[in-house]
Amino acid sequence: MNYLANENNYSIQTFGLTKKYKDRKAVNGINLAIKRGEVFSLLGPNGAGKTTTIQMLCCLLKPTAGTATIMGYDIKKNPSAVKEVIDISPQETAIASHLTAWENLMLMGGINGLKKEETKKRAKELIELMGLAERANEQVQNFSGGMQRRLSIAMALISDPPVLFLDEPTLGLDPQARRAIWKQIERFKGKKTIILTTHYLEEADALADRVAIISEGNIIAMGTPKELKNDIYGVQTMIIKAQKLSSTIMEGLGKMYLNVKEIDNGIEIKARELNFDDIVDYLRSKGAKIEGISMKEPSLDDVFFSLTENEVNK
Amino acid sequence: MRFISLANRNIKEVYRDHVSMGLGLGLPIVLLVLFASIGKNAPIKIFTANALTPAVIVFSFGFLTLYSAMLLARDRESAFLTRLLTTPLKPSDFILSYILPLLPIALLQIIVCFVVGSLYGVTINLSIIFALIILFTLAFACIGIGMIIGSLFSESQNGGIGSMVIVIISLFSGAWMDLKMVGGIFGAVGYALPFAYALDATRGILNGSGWGDIIIDFYWVLGYALIFFIGGILCFRWRTKR
Repeated sequence: MNYLANENNYSIQTFGLTKKYKDRKAVNGINLAIKRGEVFSLLGPNGAGKTTTIQMLCCLLKPTAGTATIMGYDIKKNPSAVKEVIDISPQETAIASHLTAWENLMLMGGINGLKKEETKKRAKELIELMGLAERANEQVQNFSGGMQRRLSIAMALISDPPVLFLDEPTLGLDPQARRAIWKQIERFKGKKTIILTTHYLEEADALADRVAIISEGNIIAMGTPKELKNDIYGVQTMIIKAQKLSSTIMEGLGKMYLNVKEIDNGIEIKARELNFDDIVDYLRSKGAKIEGISMKEPSLDDVFFSLTENEVNK
Repeated sequence: MRFISLANRNIKEVYRDHVSMGLGLGLPIVLLVLFASIGKNAPIKIFTANALTPAVIVFSFGFLTLYSAMLLARDRESAFLTRLLTTPLKPSDFILSYILPLLPIALLQIIVCFVVGSLYGVTINLSIIFALIILFTLAFACIGIGMIIGSLFSESQNGGIGSMVIVIISLFSGAWMDLKMVGGIFGAVGYALPFAYALDATRGILNGSGWGDIIIDFYWVLGYALIFFIGGILCFRWRTKR
């Protein structure tokens, strides 16, 4: 099937996409350009506008202003065409509980207009891929949460859509089940455009090619996880375990670096650039007995909490 | 023809809920057998087979409301409907696939009740087709009520509201009492709703009335079926279009 309504390199483009509820702007004129085959993660606190954005892109909500294109099709002018090229695994596990895993997949194939033989072939592959083969003919209401999620993702994949929306795909799952789903998502990297929303920042770090952080309906940061950690946040943390730390030492370090904190049996220093030798020399010159030094690289958590601090504190 | 896939799923979803299906088909039979047995020993007009069988059928249609409401509300709350709304299904596909699976149940309820009723002396002849037309029209109305309830209320609320509809049908259809004899507000409310008209018409047909005798009753039922049906579609669209 030729999915292309245009030939540019982007699967998804948004142009001032806005959703307003009375006086509150849930999504405030966001502009995105997501490349083909990219895994793009939307991060943000609850109510930041992630799900509203996805719902608009999936034609479930009408934008108040602005628009977006998916594979070149406008979500406002041509929602039917958009629905032919997308699929979604919603936040809640959206499966037909009285059907078997096999029947659920056949159902989604039929709804998406696939021929029966083709659906059977794909369903068989997906059942294997998602590790559901042993219980494929069991009613899914008896499945564990992890199995239901894997099935939910398989149902989104049956139509082989070029654009896939995964809204909190691993929410509430144990680490083992989460890793199993990560493994499946990784398989589609470079092949499908995947929009991933997640509360687990390490998930975005591990899977996403690029991340956008949304706060109060605005995109406040966007880039690869590495760019966000180093270029945007870029704060290093040094943890020094030492004895004989006096208030004079703390004052002296405070003059060298703005963010110095006393912790149990030691000091924590945060700065964009830390000079290891200067700090060690200074501590030794003041008679402190250093027991250990460790450096902490910034994580996506640091970036996220630093950027969304205001909203979280509200 | 994508709606066929969803209609098939809805058939399985309803038919595999054995408790609800058992109630919808089993309870009417139990009531029919029980009241018909009473009618044999105590000759009360309302418990004669020709009066009782249509009453039990109309009563059993309350379960169509319950099934329709539960199915829709469950899909809405489990986000399954959200998933479906991102697929290329058209609004008409949704309406058809939520209604069609319930019609065979209505037919089954009618057939089972007439078969059991015939054991107690229900008159079955060609004019029963008129009864089928009016009963099917009422079935549409009951499914429409279910769509309204399923669109507006949650799955947990639906159990109570659906049961209330069954009670309303029981009381205001004249299934277990003669509404004309009761009269007053009770009678007025009964004849402001479609159930009593459907019941009177079906009883009339079984007792020898022709289509001309029941045409006014039919229009009442048809009018309500259209109102509930359109209401159901509007509520569904309101709930799914934001």
